Amino acid sequence: MDFGLIAQYLANGILLGTMYALVAVGFTLFFGVLDVIKFSHGDVLMLGTFIGFTAWLGLEAIGVANPWVQLLGVLICSLGGTALIGAAIAKWLVLPLKKAPQLNTLLITLMLGTAIREAVRLFYPNGSNPKAFPALLPDAAVELGSFSLRADSVILVLAGLGLIGLLNLVINRTRLGLAIRAVAQDEETARIMGINYTLVVLATFAIGSGVAAFAGIMNGLYYNEINFGMGLILGLIGFSAAIIGGLGNLYGAILGGFLFAGLQVIGAALLPFASAYKDVFAFAVVIALMAWKPTGLIPERSSDRV
Amino acid sequence: MTDLPISSPASAARPWAAGAAVIVAAGVYAWALLMAEETWQVTGLLALAVAAVLAALKTGFARRLHQDWSASETRLNRLAFATLIVLIFVLSDAHFALLMVATTLLYFTASMGLNIQFGFAGMANFAGAAFFGAGAYTAAVLGTVTAVPPLLTLALGGGVALVLSLPLLLPIVRTTGHYAAVVTIAFGVLFRTFLEVNEILGGPQGLMVAPMRLFGWDFNSAPVIGGYEMSFYVNYALLAAALAGLVFMLMRRLERSWIGLHMDAVRLDETAAACFGISVTRTKVTAFLMGNAILGVSGALYGMMISFIAPASFTFSDSLLMVSIVLLGGLGSLWGGAVAAAIVVLLPEKLQLLQEYRFLLFSILVILVLLFRPDGILPRPMRSFFASRRAGK
Repeated sequence: MDFGLIAQYLANGILLGTMYALVAVGFTLFFGVLDVIKFSHGDVLMLGTFIGFTAWLGLEAIGVANPWVQLLGVLICSLGGTALIGAAIAKWLVLPLKKAPQLNTLLITLMLGTAIREAVRLFYPNGSNPKAFPALLPDAAVELGSFSLRADSVILVLAGLGLIGLLNLVINRTRLGLAIRAVAQDEETARIMGINYTLVVLATFAIGSGVAAFAGIMNGLYYNEINFGMGLILGLIGFSAAIIGGLGNLYGAILGGFLFAGLQVIGAALLPFASAYKDVFAFAVVIALMAWKPTGLIPERSSDRV
Repeated sequence: MTDLPISSPASAARPWAAGAAVIVAAGVYAWALLMAEETWQVTGLLALAVAAVLAALKTGFARRLHQDWSASETRLNRLAFATLIVLIFVLSDAHFALLMVATTLLYFTASMGLNIQFGFAGMANFAGAAFFGAGAYTAAVLGTVTAVPPLLTLALGGGVALVLSLPLLLPIVRTTGHYAAVVTIAFGVLFRTFLEVNEILGGPQGLMVAPMRLFGWDFNSAPVIGGYEMSFYVNYALLAAALAGLVFMLMRRLERSWIGLHMDAVRLDETAAACFGISVTRTKVTAFLMGNAILGVSGALYGMMISFIAPASFTFSDSLLMVSIVLLGGLGSLWGGAVAAAIVVLLPEKLQLLQEYRFLLFSILVILVLLFRPDGILPRPMRSFFASRRAGK
């Protein structure tokens, strides 16, 4: 295996890792503030990507041709719309079930994900077929021997990492972040300190969903194709990544995302059997990791009270 | 306690009459629904069912029924089984209706397997379709080996599902809650992806499954009784009924046994159960293996019946559909599972315009049930150790 191929796999892995980390961050944020898993996350992501796609169709229709303007419009519509949807789900489905058993919340959001997926498949025009997502980023490439570095992947990775960094700043440096961390640590004390609990929860769900929509747009721009089922697998991977990293921890989610991408790349490149088995390998390692570290690589601090 | 003397004279004379009437009515209703062809007939029958349920709740008939059931459960269960057999013979030449009956029964059996995990032990298993599919693929592979008798294949279908769940035991037992859910979800995806890329198991195209044979009798040939030729699905419907009846009996016994008691304790509070000396690990392992074995057996028979299987029939969505059956029926409620399986299987088939929308419909239905009636259609009754005392004797 020559250098070019290794570099190609590495670049691919970094891009996938950024995308998975962005999805996993949402799971971990929701778990932090509310101790729930919102399993419809992946399908909300898919919905966000479709909103972006529709926005692009609309911009085409009114004659905006500049790809950068189009990209800006797509991102604003997609992130904003998805943030609203995320907050709405939190308000009407997740918050009312705060006292219900964990399994119920998990099931409701799982079923909500199915409902969103099916609704897009059935009601979006021609929704059961894959859609060609436009290539809005420059398609120039730098050739380094057999390795070609695509400009769009570099931009995507930088933007994704920038977003993760920004999120980290928001969580650790702003008043909103302080409130989110306070609620995550102890809801009741946070309320006593005058934090508007509902608002913080809604804001967290909006942020997490918006970030996921960014990952969806990233996915669309990179593969130039979106379909109604993309959210299921991305959501599963993001959930697995958040879990193996350790729920409730931002760094755990990032670690988990890159770890999962690494596993897929290893499964595709290094293992003797066909690359089609890469997901089988990655999920098998996830199961093995769960057996080894039952609460993730960076475990949440908790103890069972009797 | 005041209502007991009032209702006891009526139910003491024949403490099973209401239950028996309902079973017979349900049998006739099932026949009518299965034979209904036009949309207006099906819609009318569905409206009738809704009206009947509402009327039963309003007039207090539902409570009478409940009393009957706890008073003479064995007798009524036997009657229900007999009604089912009669229904199968009445439908004897209707291919499609019998296929529906058999599918409902197999999904009901599978949901009972899941019920051990969700309903009794409180464990999440989102890979139901994977274990169901493991059974079906076992039947497909062993069907090519003529030396293996098909009845043994059924058992081996359960065996393979059980063996596949062994590697999951360690992560399942060590983790709880969300962490356990991700293990089964990951397994479900892994299983399906594996089937799709594995050339030996037919890849995405799937495999043919050899039919069931029993004592030299090929299940794909039509039985003839007294010169009257019946559909070959009668064979499968009868076998599925036998399997469902057997598993139902097993489940009732399990529920009443100390194993079921341990499972209830573990579900309600793991820490407290452990304090009382119940081995949480052993209980969870029992529930997980037993449930998956039942899923595998029903999957094997399902594969033989539809005679062609592909990975697309065992996706995550199908696992969720099985979970919907358990939840709609009510966690741990066996009869609820039967009703829910009938709804989930029959409704989309009878109302063709719903076929396309079934996943959407059932996911919304489950959300509504979880929000407004978290115990399901027929909630699991309180454990009654002294059945006669609760009936007011």
